Amino acid sequence: MAVTPPEELGNMSVPPVIAPGYTFASITDKISAIVLSQRTPRGWFVGFAISFSLVMLLMYAIGYLLLVGVGIWGINMPVAWGFAIVNFVWWIGIGHAGTLISAILLLLNQKWRTSINRFAEAMTLFAVASAGLFPLLHLGRPWLFYWLFPYPNVMNVQPQFRSPLVWDVFAVSTYFTVSLLFWFVGLVPDLATLRDRSTSLWGKITYGMLAMGWRNSARHWHRYEIAYLLLAGLATPLVISVHTVVSFDFTIAILPGWHSTIFPPYFVAGAIYSGFAMVLTLAIPLRKFYHLEDFITARHLDNMGKIMLATGLIVAYGYTMELFMAWRTGNKFEWYMTINRMRGPYWPMYWTLILANVVIPQLLWMKRIRRSTLALFLIALVVNVGMWVERYVIIITSLHRDYLPSSWGMYSGTRWDYAVFLGTIGLFVTLVLLFIRLLPSISIFEMRTLLPQAKVEGEEA
Amino acid sequence: MSAVTRVYGLMAEFDDPTSLVEATRRSYQDGYRRMDAYAPFPVEGLAEALGARKRVLPLIVLVGGLVGCFGGFFMQYYIAAIYFPLNIGGRPLNSWPAFIPVTFEVTVLVAALSAVFGLLILNGLPMPYHPTFNVPRFKFASSDRFFLCIEARDPKFDRDATRNYLMSLGPREVNEVED
Repeated sequence: MAVTPPEELGNMSVPPVIAPGYTFASITDKISAIVLSQRTPRGWFVGFAISFSLVMLLMYAIGYLLLVGVGIWGINMPVAWGFAIVNFVWWIGIGHAGTLISAILLLLNQKWRTSINRFAEAMTLFAVASAGLFPLLHLGRPWLFYWLFPYPNVMNVQPQFRSPLVWDVFAVSTYFTVSLLFWFVGLVPDLATLRDRSTSLWGKITYGMLAMGWRNSARHWHRYEIAYLLLAGLATPLVISVHTVVSFDFTIAILPGWHSTIFPPYFVAGAIYSGFAMVLTLAIPLRKFYHLEDFITARHLDNMGKIMLATGLIVAYGYTMELFMAWRTGNKFEWYMTINRMRGPYWPMYWTLILANVVIPQLLWMKRIRRSTLALFLIALVVNVGMWVERYVIIITSLHRDYLPSSWGMYSGTRWDYAVFLGTIGLFVTLVLLFIRLLPSISIFEMRTLLPQAKVEGEEA
Repeated sequence: MSAVTRVYGLMAEFDDPTSLVEATRRSYQDGYRRMDAYAPFPVEGLAEALGARKRVLPLIVLVGGLVGCFGGFFMQYYIAAIYFPLNIGGRPLNSWPAFIPVTFEVTVLVAALSAVFGLLILNGLPMPYHPTFNVPRFKFASSDRFFLCIEARDPKFDRDATRNYLMSLGPREVNEVED
């Protein structure tokens, strides 16, 4: 066997997590310039114009909803959940990849996570914010949302803690809070960098206040690292619990197609699957428009493609087990529901889901596909669609045909359903664009630690 | 740099993390205690070289987690069994398995809040003013420069002797930090 020097091997088989030749100063310059000095690319303005008009659409749709009520949506008996819950589960799932990258990959010591974790976390926040809108609006009287929380009140009524819907309130609000804290703690040292480098008074004041006087003290860094690790340790079981609780919304109900023990793991895998698809959907244009190929390298895209493939296979296993269990248990309602999914009025949705989530992602087995940004981008879009359709199939086909044919019905979203859904996509993209423009979208201080010169050489202490 | 101003300390600037850790270690060995090092990222072994060994934060987070855990469970028990009991098919009022998810979420929430607020309080943040920022070159501590500051409240501190001492560690330059 010919001996290859390790550094050469590193260049040939695995691309590095950061292109060679950078210094502490050049990394700092390159990332902070996006926020502080570089001209905003024209694409940003185009994107912002489109997404912000969708936010206006969202405002309009919500305004009309508050005025008239949820009757403007397609929901009715027997399908009372509809788009609101489909979108809720879809958005929450997308958020999961951010926490996976920032917390789980940190605990697993995966160095490549560094350059993508900041905007993946931001993506989590914005996705959870979009998700949270749907159950709120679905309440019918959203202004009474605080009734969901236990507080001393004159009505002497309290939440029912045996209900998965109450668990959801706690899971999602905890998830949002912890994600926000984790993201902000990660941002503080970089905000200090922006404060020190900003040339405008406005920048100095804003970033200075947000950085809270962070001065890069070694004693502070010491506690900071402990706190960051502990937060990662807390966020890891949290992210798994959140989609588990979301799946409890379904599995606790004794409805064919929902009442199944495979749901929690398969929901969590599906969440990470769709989340990575969204990270790729955002990362590929970001690295192209802002020329960040040195930081978000082919290695990152390749790894994300592999994670998508792995979680996609878990999801495919979930679909298979659903079919198998429906057949094996011999429950005729369960079996009818399964056949109705595949051959009933919603058959195109079911087969779209199989095509988009199971068949097309098999292309990711090929290295050539994982190395091609265009192919990866397209597959990520397909998976985004597929995961939305999956939730549609789970919710609509289980609800639309009840046990008695007298309570059968059909469901389709109205224009208001689509308006709110497109509106949240606009909200999400708007927030992402503002984030990229105003905050460092790659963690500067963590990128510095990746450089070889960050290692302390010399004698053992 | 007039002699009448009060001095917070003396600050030496280094080029790379290795020389900073080395200088910090030597200063600690030579008896300096009231000092701090500044680096643009967490440098391995730097806090240990400063003699920072106490780790209070994990304990704070543990206590926070326990408070969340017991508090979260008790809240549900109190509401479901005492304050607002609902008899549903004769099932037990203290149906504890159903209380686990919320107990878990509250545990994580309180633990995470104590981690963040514990970090801020122990680090003394937010702190709008700190004397180190009076050194013009200190802004590079958040970019690519490494600093060691021996503070005036150190018993061994002497304006001239400490300056000469820091100079002997091979820094790029030594600056006085005005208070």
